[in-house]
Amino acid sequence: MDSSDPAPSGEPDDRPTVPEQRTGQDAYLRVSDLRVRFDTEDGVVRAVDGVSFAVERGRTLGIVGESGSGKSVTSLAILGLHDPRRTTITGEISVGGRQVVGLGDEEVRRLRGRDMAMIFQDPLSALHPYYTVGRQIAEAYRVHHPKAGRREARKRAVDMLDRVGIPQPARRFDQYPHEFSGGMRQRAMIAMSLVNDPALLIADEPTTALDVTVQAQILDLLADLQAEFHSAIILITHDLGVVGQAADEVLVMYGGRAVEQGSVEQVLRSPQHPYTWGLLSSVPSLHGDADADLLPIRGNPPSLINLPPGCAFHPRCRYADRPGDRSRTEVPELRPAGSAGADGHLVACHLTAEERAALYAEDVASVGVAR
Amino acid sequence: MARFLIKRLFSATLTLFAVSVLTFLMFFALPRDPVTGMCPKNCNPERLERVRDDLGLNDPLVSQYAGYMKGIVTGRDLGSAQGGRCDAPCLGWSYVSNEAVSDTIARVLPVTLSIVIPAAILWLLLGVGLGMVSALRRGTWLDRAAIGFSLTGASLQLYFVGAVLLLVFVYNLRLLPVPSYTSLFDNPAKWASGLVLAWVALAFLFSAIYARLSRAQMLETLSEDFVRTARAKGLAKPTVYGRHALRAAITPVVTIAGLDVGGALGGTVITETTFGIQGLGRTAVDAVRSGDLPTIMATVLIAAVFVVLANVLVDLLYAAIDPRVRLR
Repeated sequence: MDSSDPAPSGEPDDRPTVPEQRTGQDAYLRVSDLRVRFDTEDGVVRAVDGVSFAVERGRTLGIVGESGSGKSVTSLAILGLHDPRRTTITGEISVGGRQVVGLGDEEVRRLRGRDMAMIFQDPLSALHPYYTVGRQIAEAYRVHHPKAGRREARKRAVDMLDRVGIPQPARRFDQYPHEFSGGMRQRAMIAMSLVNDPALLIADEPTTALDVTVQAQILDLLADLQAEFHSAIILITHDLGVVGQAADEVLVMYGGRAVEQGSVEQVLRSPQHPYTWGLLSSVPSLHGDADADLLPIRGNPPSLINLPPGCAFHPRCRYADRPGDRSRTEVPELRPAGSAGADGHLVACHLTAEERAALYAEDVASVGVAR
Repeated sequence: MARFLIKRLFSATLTLFAVSVLTFLMFFALPRDPVTGMCPKNCNPERLERVRDDLGLNDPLVSQYAGYMKGIVTGRDLGSAQGGRCDAPCLGWSYVSNEAVSDTIARVLPVTLSIVIPAAILWLLLGVGLGMVSALRRGTWLDRAAIGFSLTGASLQLYFVGAVLLLVFVYNLRLLPVPSYTSLFDNPAKWASGLVLAWVALAFLFSAIYARLSRAQMLETLSEDFVRTARAKGLAKPTVYGRHALRAAITPVVTIAGLDVGGALGGTVITETTFGIQGLGRTAVDAVRSGDLPTIMATVLIAAVFVVLANVLVDLLYAAIDPRVRLR
């Protein structure tokens, strides 16, 4: 394996240069031109291929995409949880002003759980089955507060359990994860991630494993806690409904690249990328026509080892022929979407703004887009 | 926890009862008349009949079984031909060795314990240690060396390894005495030097299996979500591996270890034969050869007790390790 070469100097030069996000100035988390590659036996996987975004404290960025779009890999790269022997990361990740890419293991470890924390998809498998919930929370506190005694850590953990809405927290402290219900487990997971007041919280599909009724409660809880702790949140999901409910900004990823980026208003009300249209029209709408057909995106997500040339979405795009051969030969740059200019809404598509407006009005809006 | 323990002990008792009945029936199902085995020469019909009477073989089966069990619990009188009063736990009288079976067992059981227990400690430490190291250093030369070691161990037979060890350390280098058993309480140094080769041979073969098992378990556990959570909390590597991964990875190892140790305590025939040490295993084999039925029964029963006890112990350890088991 030729994995040890850290600088991908021989990269082809056809990659888009990425414009600066408008929130870039005082953001707590800044990611620019992030590239994550895994060396596998089948070849190099470009899991993330030049993604930039920024999140301020108190704001929520939703990262949307299918499985394999690179959204989870992005979050693991921020936390430094990848396998260093097989992974090459380039670009910049700045957390609270500290550059994380290239930082030593021990320094990143000290940031993890204290300045940046993570909530995982399935709390049953993410919590250790052999230790009590309280002990796991207290452990997360004590590792970053070495002077704290057992009693202080316990008190802190009980307070957190109480704060996330778990009844009888002192009794629940001594119970095991299997004695909690799914929603309570995710609350406990949230309590554990927030026990050190992290400024950045990454929630990877936090509601996917939960009942729909519980989903809303968990999202509300996250919003409450965000207002209280003023944290920056990255919400990774494939569910545009969740994004609409909880996010301020949206990043749509496809094949490891950003295809559309903007505020929730912009992306959900006037989506620009055919892939985003596909995502929206495959979600049933509560307000639209109940008989309207759902329009699934045809085909399957691309292989990250062997991305389609040009626009990675072109084999699945209904409008791929309109810009001629460019779809197949040229990677579209991420550019301002509107003809009006820089309002922060970015899209990577060869269609012109006028073409997109027309296509969206004709073909897509009619099929009952969510919201 | 107490209820859990009581339940397990109850089912263990039932198992032992079943084993004792089966062993007892085996006594009569064997194609060989127990009595001819006990007087190999000059047996006239009257003598055979007398032996049969002495042994109680003319009594109904149920009362024979009851007598045998009573002997184990309270002791019983076997009659003058069989050494008279036989104290609990009375396992009967052997016509072949002309002594109470319990005396034979008392002599050979410590030998087997002395072989198996230190060997088990050695193979568990070595096997689990190697497995963990190679899992955490996957793909390095250390991992490959450990895999090579366990492949070698798994491919070799004990009598071969034993013979090589004997040849090198006893006959060529003369570093060790010819293997023999001395009581640990009489002379610990002699005890250890007489048995160390048996420990090493057993540990080498068993640790190979444990290294592979614990390596596979550890690798599987390292990819579990809760290990990622532990790292995401910012725990240091020793804590992640030791406290979070190892505890989950070790559970299947505990199960296999319990069964292996329990089985080995029932007799390590090949080890004892290779090193010329008379333990429970060789005693059982000798008894089968000479048709010494009371001794066969006793050794089978003792082996069963060890296996059942090991199972109870495994269940208890399991419950101690995994809180989800305690509910059942």
